[in-house]
Amino acid sequence: MQAANATELTRARVRSAWMFLLPMIVVLALVAGWPLVRTIYFAFTDANLSDIGSYSFIGFANFLEYYEGEWFGLLVDTDWWRAVWNTLWFTVISVSIETVLGLVVALTLNAHFPGRGVLRAAILIPWAIPTIVSAKMWGWMLHDQFGILNDILLSLGLIAKPVAWTASPDTAMWAVIMVDVWKTTPFMALLILAALQILPSDCYEAAKVDGIHPVRVFFRVTLPLIRPALMVAIIFRALDALRIFDLIYVLTSNSRDTMSMSVYARQQLVDFQEVGYGSAAATALFLIIAVLIALTLTFGKVRLGEDVR
Amino acid sequence: MNTRAIIGASAFVLASAFAAMPGNAATVSISCGAVGLELELCRTGAEAWAKQTGNSVNIVSTPNSTTERLALYQQLLAAGASDIDVFQIDVIWPGILGTHFIDLAPHSKGAEQAHFSSIVENNTVDGKLLAMPWFTDAGVLYYRSDLLEKYGEKVPATWDELTATAKKIQDGERAAGNDGMWGLVFQGRAYEGLTCDALEWIDSYGGGSIVDSEGKVTVNNANALEALTLASSWIGEIAPEGVLNYAEEEARGVFQSGNAVFMRNWPYAWALGNSEDSPIKGKIGVAALPKGGAEGKNTGTLGGWQLAVSRYSENPEVAADLVMYLTGPEEQRRRAVEGAYNPTIGDLYEDPAVLAANPFFGELYETFTNAVARPSRVTGAKYNQVSNEFWNAVHSSLSGTATPEEALTQLESSLKRMSRRGW
Repeated sequence: MQAANATELTRARVRSAWMFLLPMIVVLALVAGWPLVRTIYFAFTDANLSDIGSYSFIGFANFLEYYEGEWFGLLVDTDWWRAVWNTLWFTVISVSIETVLGLVVALTLNAHFPGRGVLRAAILIPWAIPTIVSAKMWGWMLHDQFGILNDILLSLGLIAKPVAWTASPDTAMWAVIMVDVWKTTPFMALLILAALQILPSDCYEAAKVDGIHPVRVFFRVTLPLIRPALMVAIIFRALDALRIFDLIYVLTSNSRDTMSMSVYARQQLVDFQEVGYGSAAATALFLIIAVLIALTLTFGKVRLGEDVR
Repeated sequence: MNTRAIIGASAFVLASAFAAMPGNAATVSISCGAVGLELELCRTGAEAWAKQTGNSVNIVSTPNSTTERLALYQQLLAAGASDIDVFQIDVIWPGILGTHFIDLAPHSKGAEQAHFSSIVENNTVDGKLLAMPWFTDAGVLYYRSDLLEKYGEKVPATWDELTATAKKIQDGERAAGNDGMWGLVFQGRAYEGLTCDALEWIDSYGGGSIVDSEGKVTVNNANALEALTLASSWIGEIAPEGVLNYAEEEARGVFQSGNAVFMRNWPYAWALGNSEDSPIKGKIGVAALPKGGAEGKNTGTLGGWQLAVSRYSENPEVAADLVMYLTGPEEQRRRAVEGAYNPTIGDLYEDPAVLAANPFFGELYETFTNAVARPSRVTGAKYNQVSNEFWNAVHSSLSGTATPEEALTQLESSLKRMSRRGW
């Protein structure tokens, strides 16, 4: 009797849960699901932007095709693989730097000192500026002839002649990474700070009583406790970094040295009007991100189902 | 709250009333470039037309980079948007965008016959006049006449002479205290502008035009290699490394602030370089681009912009009328005098007012009429991909990530792959 009641209740709760979820699922299906399905669909066609209405199915030819003794398609395109490499490199380096800096900033802001509220708000400014604006702004600051960065470094005597930050293949990617770090470290700091603030104070008091060195406390107590939140923050950032577009496009345009997967896909889709081939690239981008996130979740032992504590 | 609602409602009623008003007064939107004085001249021209005809006109400014502008247009036109009626299009685009424009022949009443026939032919696809020539362009060499005089040098006739002269003056000026002095600036960013610049180097050495008129890939040849090798040697020597990320306006910025001896640019930079607030006013000269060696030739890449009317326009008749007004002789004369935009009407090159404002128009008439065309006709809709491969190859050679030989060999193979099923 009691069991039957519980089942009845569970069923009712499941039903109402679905009712609440339904609008969300419908909206997601419309704004995310449909474009995704459409893109994957186009990846198997020869659609062209000049006449998007007429296209035919060409199977896997956009990905790989054998024609007159040579291989063609996305999977043998060196530009594509360079874009994949650029994106991965950018993601690993920028997210690593942002995590470390974000951690430092969060620990600092977690301490009690006068003016903390103002400082917390101020540090969010780079994050609040639209990327396109900050990219343009940095573009001018990094300019080789009029840029303020070269001016400062020259007057300090650190460099002998102006560096063409965004033009030289040696520094272009680093310039992009630098701007990205400047922009998104506040985001990391904010997420980590939120985790720091709900840490129980008793561990720290115990550590203090026992006279443990603060560095040891950080590695043995703080880091393990904020690890789940930190992993979520890293995954958020990595997802964002893997589809980087605007910053690279504004700072270095379509240059091959810094081209990311998204810039490549856009170039094919819009500049070259190859909607089919560009969709193939977009689909590959989607798959790569999905696989990487799955790997991170598995090896990072993050269970998204659990509450972040 | 109430007042605001009333104001809002009445504004809405008024707006709908205007929108529904019958009659001839129409609103036409025109996209104009914003490089140099372009936007201002476009605005004054279009407003003069609006005043004359009683219509009104919206000016839409577009990105400076040709490559980005094309991307914007492609998205607008592919969506069939009626937001822009008149498009300012590049000389290489009729093949790419042609399907979206109306035939202007019924509206032009033969006016196109006064324009350069090569451009009219370029704008005619499948017998349809898709765009009216507005202004033409060819790459030219700007030089600092005061500096050449100071160092007893003459205007260089070949690229080798230019390299030597630039180096001499650059070193001399730096020794005299101007650390920021450079010999040459041009458009070296990985975009369409680099295709124009590099095509000039190659063509001046007799190295062809990337793909010949038969559609055969010709770019990997000894002359092209010689040209590219010389150009690659400039970076860091006479041209700043930053030139690898310069478009037209960045190059002009360096030249006009007095920090470069030579500049490759389009004619528009003349009017700005001689404007009131220009530090180098009256100290600049314009010449044809140097020859590639003694056997080479003077050349310049054919540029220039056309006006086309969108197929999706709600007022194609009115829009076509605006196009005919703006491309007419009066407006072209005004643009030449005020902004150094090259007319596409041959007669205007003998017009005293035009020649007084731009003395070099007369001397360089040959350059403007014999400019080398990019292979956009033969490669059609694929032109943008060809150009992208080309500028990337040149860019990798200039930046030193590949040798000129490697860049050209790789370029040849990718262009051949691209044309595997014909252009």
